[in-house]
Amino acid sequence: MSSDSDINIDYVANLARLALTDEEKARFSRQLGDILHYVEKLKGVDVSGVEPMAHASPVYNVWQEDRVRPGLPVEAALRNAPAQRQNMIVVPKVVE
Amino acid sequence: MAHDLNFLSATQLAALLEARDISAVELLQDRERRIAAVDNRIQAFNSRDYEGALALARASDARRAAGGVLGPLDGIPVGLKDVIAVEGQPLTCSSKMLANFISPYDATVTTRLKAAGVIPFGRLNMDEFAMGSSTENSAFHPTANPWDLSRVPGGSSGGSAAAVAAGELPWTLGSDTGGSIRQPAALCGIVGLKPTYGLVSRYGLAAYASSLDQIGTLAHTVEDAALLLGVIAGHDERDSTSFRAEVPDYRAGLSRRKGPWRLGVPKEFFGAGLDPEVASAVQAAITHYRQAGCEIREVSLPFAAEYAIAVYYLIATAEASSNLARYDGVRYGHRSAKAKDVVDLYFQSRAEGFGDEVKRRIILGTHVLSSGYYDAYYLRAQKVRTLIRNEFSAVLQDCDALLSPTSPTAAFKIGEKSSDPLAMYLTDIYTISVNLAGLPGISVPCGFTTSGLPIGLQIIGRPFDEAGLMAIAHHYEQAHEWSRRHPAI
Repeated sequence: MSSDSDINIDYVANLARLALTDEEKARFSRQLGDILHYVEKLKGVDVSGVEPMAHASPVYNVWQEDRVRPGLPVEAALRNAPAQRQNMIVVPKVVE
Repeated sequence: MAHDLNFLSATQLAALLEARDISAVELLQDRERRIAAVDNRIQAFNSRDYEGALALARASDARRAAGGVLGPLDGIPVGLKDVIAVEGQPLTCSSKMLANFISPYDATVTTRLKAAGVIPFGRLNMDEFAMGSSTENSAFHPTANPWDLSRVPGGSSGGSAAAVAAGELPWTLGSDTGGSIRQPAALCGIVGLKPTYGLVSRYGLAAYASSLDQIGTLAHTVEDAALLLGVIAGHDERDSTSFRAEVPDYRAGLSRRKGPWRLGVPKEFFGAGLDPEVASAVQAAITHYRQAGCEIREVSLPFAAEYAIAVYYLIATAEASSNLARYDGVRYGHRSAKAKDVVDLYFQSRAEGFGDEVKRRIILGTHVLSSGYYDAYYLRAQKVRTLIRNEFSAVLQDCDALLSPTSPTAAFKIGEKSSDPLAMYLTDIYTISVNLAGLPGISVPCGFTTSGLPIGLQIIGRPFDEAGLMAIAHHYEQAHEWSRRHPAI
């Protein structure tokens, strides 16, 4: 494997569904390499026996009463759709 | 109307409304005139719906005439960072991706403002999707620091801070994920409060890093911050991370709690990289508390000082890469016109809609969550986050609050750090750990550099003890004149 501060930009950009230009790939690789190099300092921390922390809230497992209440009307939900027809969102053909 | 309202606090404006010296409509007209006169130089606003706000002001005046105000703040305008939803208003996150988006509903904080008669007025500029520390990452325009137009206002809530500092609006709401309220408040010479994670509902706040994001207040005075927090705080069933915390009368608490307090000073927050003028202003503030009878105790936060930025940029970008996956050009937001098929639609819409910093963070976050890297980066960062929280918990058992600089320097020049992301990230070194630990923090003005730029004192409190935190801040503020200085704009 290559150095930990290298990033496989094509692989990751594909996972993130981001089209990048060659110039962006070169620039982001360099900048993210700097950042990954910086965060390597975490490897020096002894984390044995330490529980990971997902958030700082003292709240866990929130339950709500299952009751019917008004939701967003269709017109409001579709108001920002880039393309719509008959209360549906139009997208390019998915299946040939 | 004989008053110059530009730099009056909301508390003072409320008194004028109560005494019928001004009406809500006159107040709004006056604010619109001020904004029209100065905002071409500041560029704090992305947009504002003057007619809509005027209708709310008329309704407020009608309530007052009928003797039925919704509370002491009825009729006072508030600006919102362009990341908080107001039904029927734009919500752009200062991104091309959402340039034409109109909110279909109110954020919970918006609902609560309206219920108190407070008038949402103006969408304020920010770093795109709240990613940045200078507001230069806005897709629309930079915002200038009212104290020196060639300098940044800080970020990401730069528009929210500049609008208050420039005397355009009495107060605003922002959001703070790693310092995005406190740092611009410091750089603009105003008060910025980031509440405890879970105190204010995030429903209707466009998500950046969900375990860190929190809505808070920017204002001229601690008293105003206390009043505005009282309006927006409290449990909300629409945000499952919102806490069933008691919401006391924060303003009454300011004078009720007089100290003396036991205050910790994290020694690592005064090391290399701290500007000497900032250090000496913060030391003078520490001396103020000591002379007031407080016990000043040196404390140590080695994990926070050394690792918080690394932990933050792994956790925040991981969460961002997940949260921003929703912007795919399908249901809302920018849709590319040149997509060949539906998958290409995702690639092209995201490429065209997002700016550089957002793309960088999505790439980094996707990388650290990807197979083979998750344990080394994301999981390890979550464990170090635990260590950071634990060391804060330990020092806050012995101390009522901690004192530090808010930002290592005063406002920097526009363009100075924009080509070096890591240098920009390091400006958040004293604020970021507070978000990781979920604690409340406030920045209050504590002096000026020799070139006339504001300096901020950060005070960090115990979880859900905003009342205590603001009482400590108020004690300092009342003994100093800093909040009464305003830029010549």
